Amino acid sequence: MQARTAGAAGRGLGDAGARSGGRPLDRPLLAVAVALALALLPLGSTPADAAEPDAAARGQAARIVVGSKNFEESRLLAEMFAQLLEARTGLEVERRLGLAGTQVCFEALRGGAIDLYPEYTGTGLASILGAEPQPGPEGDAAATLARVRREFLARWDLHWLAPLGFENAYEIAVPRRLAEARGLATISDLARAAGDLRAAFGYEFVERPDGLPGLAETYGLSFASVQPMQQALKYRAAAAGDADVLDVYTTDGRLATHDLVVLADDRGFFPPYEAAPLVRGATLDAQPEIAAALSLLAGALDAETMRGLNHRLQEGREEEPAVARDALAALGLLAGDAHSAAPFAATGEGFGSYLWRRRAQLAARTAEHLALSAGALLLGVLVAVPLGLALERRRAAAETVIRAVALTQTVPSLALLAFMIPLLGVGPLPALVALWIYSLFPILRNTYTGVRDADPEAVAAALALGMTARRALAEIRLPLATPVIMAGVRTAAVMTVGTATLAAFIGAGGLGEPIVTGLQLADTRMILSGAVPAALLALLVDATLALLERRLRPPGID
Amino acid sequence: MMTEPNPAGAEPMLEARAAAVVYAGGVRALDGVDLAVAAGETVALVGESGSGKSTLLRLFNRTAEATAGEVLVGGEPVADRDPVALRRGIGYVPQEGGLIPHWTVRRNVELVPRLSGWERGRRRERAGEALALVGLDPATFGDRHPRSLSGGQRQRVAIARALAADPPVVLLDEPFGALDALTRLALQDEFLALERRLGKTMLLVTHDLDEAFRLGDRVAVLKDGRIRQAAPPAELAARPADDYVRSLLELRRAREAG
Repeated sequence: MQARTAGAAGRGLGDAGARSGGRPLDRPLLAVAVALALALLPLGSTPADAAEPDAAARGQAARIVVGSKNFEESRLLAEMFAQLLEARTGLEVERRLGLAGTQVCFEALRGGAIDLYPEYTGTGLASILGAEPQPGPEGDAAATLARVRREFLARWDLHWLAPLGFENAYEIAVPRRLAEARGLATISDLARAAGDLRAAFGYEFVERPDGLPGLAETYGLSFASVQPMQQALKYRAAAAGDADVLDVYTTDGRLATHDLVVLADDRGFFPPYEAAPLVRGATLDAQPEIAAALSLLAGALDAETMRGLNHRLQEGREEEPAVARDALAALGLLAGDAHSAAPFAATGEGFGSYLWRRRAQLAARTAEHLALSAGALLLGVLVAVPLGLALERRRAAAETVIRAVALTQTVPSLALLAFMIPLLGVGPLPALVALWIYSLFPILRNTYTGVRDADPEAVAAALALGMTARRALAEIRLPLATPVIMAGVRTAAVMTVGTATLAAFIGAGGLGEPIVTGLQLADTRMILSGAVPAALLALLVDATLALLERRLRPPGID
Repeated sequence: MMTEPNPAGAEPMLEARAAAVVYAGGVRALDGVDLAVAAGETVALVGESGSGKSTLLRLFNRTAEATAGEVLVGGEPVADRDPVALRRGIGYVPQEGGLIPHWTVRRNVELVPRLSGWERGRRRERAGEALALVGLDPATFGDRHPRSLSGGQRQRVAIARALAADPPVVLLDEPFGALDALTRLALQDEFLALERRLGKTMLLVTHDLDEAFRLGDRVAVLKDGRIRQAAPPAELAARPADDYVRSLLELRRAREAG
């Protein structure tokens, strides 16, 4: 169905920074920090509230959360669900779009962090249930739907509502001139020619049982090379002559604009992938009107229509809300003119005016990003500095504890974010926790070594004159360690601001959102509109902390 | 050879009886030392690095612990005392001053009075007096940080800090060791004047025999964790107890001649 974009988890290296616990924090700073922490709370608490079934019974507008995976069609369908629910029910709809792949989305749904998202029956069968694809009548669309319906209901009380009317299946495509030159019409033809062909497949396709592993086994395929690649880049690679074989999706808008030939699945390997809303049973019990509203979309969309809509997103650079509105209006489900002019066809628009046009979103993303980073950093300081001080008094345990915390740094950021989902759902809360965990090590290490190595002669003299070790820690070691601790905090801050871009993968928003979406669309300008502000934000945060460091630095030391 | 009888005959202010320090690895830092320092007396401990002189000094404020034998201050075994309370009653001057860098001179000098809970006015007054004792004007130096002082000034502040709470005993661990020769001489002169004026009991560690002879009422020579001889300078010079002490004295004479 879709390629999952695996974001590389780049994290900054560095060493250093923090505030000193011994002297009072500047009051305005404290106020800002607390305000930021508070700002995060409502965000963090949504997943749990949203799933509460009796919210409507309490007489207030109940809220449901619609999720999606991180590719255009999934986002578009989710946006259509959301708009339809807003128009046809009294529900308040929250969007958590762009979650990183099937696993994340499904876990979020099962855990109640989201109430529904668009899924594909074949994906449900192969990826979620882990069933072998079944060629023949056993594997036709109706049988597949029946089977996933039965099993999802029994295992998890999750409901597949009526399919939307189109399939978005995996297919295998080759450039037309290659197909003609080598006489390729079916995947069996391809299997004979594959030995010297280079494949470019999506990350998820390479791993999924209903992707390359099963396909290769069924057809005896063996390529000269297989390059896992991000969805939009595959098309570019093929156009540039760097890839010969791609996995594509039936409704991909790019099929029309790239000169590709889809090869027939002559052994019926790929299961049917009907798109349908997948909804929690608890949500349907509490808000039955959801099923009624979404049934309006049953069978309403065909593959041709979806290709057109996807094309508007992929090549036209339009955004989901507008495209979704048009699609619903065209179906007569939403008032409004069916074709609000393609808003941002965006040819030749400068980067500056692009940013200016998107300033409202960027400001919101930046605020989310800053709140997330600052909250994580603040929690990091609140935990790591006292822990570092405690370890100075228990040095025998120090190395063990610090090494254990250092281990958290070796977990790739994206993996850590994914681990948070079963525990904390999706959205800002798990992102906050993951970022907090990353911030601990640099602050802890610098705090501990800073207080441990603080002016040994001065400390020894004070102890010899009858100062207690505890007091020496508070009055001598900690103030003298302030520059070192601050260096650790600054390292953690820059890392946190950078890593927070990955939080978009689990629906936490922030400046990673344009980056993730831009990666999906291979839209450099959109990527930059997230990456450049994120970099500037990191510099700004570092500069602010440098100022703070200067103020906290005790007098009389260099 | 062994400890001289306590000249004053009264109960010694500081006393070590067969004190030994053996580290976990079996290294003997001190190997059965007897030493008694009378009230008001200054004893200089000399010896090369590793002779155990600093370890012996540190037994008295329990910054090192005897693994055998007994250590007494004011007639009371230090092992029975709370180390923190013990230390607040004993002045201490380390080699590098050990001033707290982010505190002003005045705050450094007020350290022990503050730890002992003196009220602010009395602290101020005593700090001023202590600074004046070591020849520093409190108005000029009180608000400065150690970094802005010369090495000699820093050592003076360290001495003022040791004296601020007016302890009966002061331990000095190579207090002038890191200073240039001229500054060292000047400080030694002032130290002598202070010694006479204040009548404190002092234990002074030095590797410099000249300094030991100038400042000590008695000089104790340590080697390999044992005291080879403890005697007034004149007696030590006249009757070295063994070859090691003699060789030290000859070295000193040779240096004076050169």
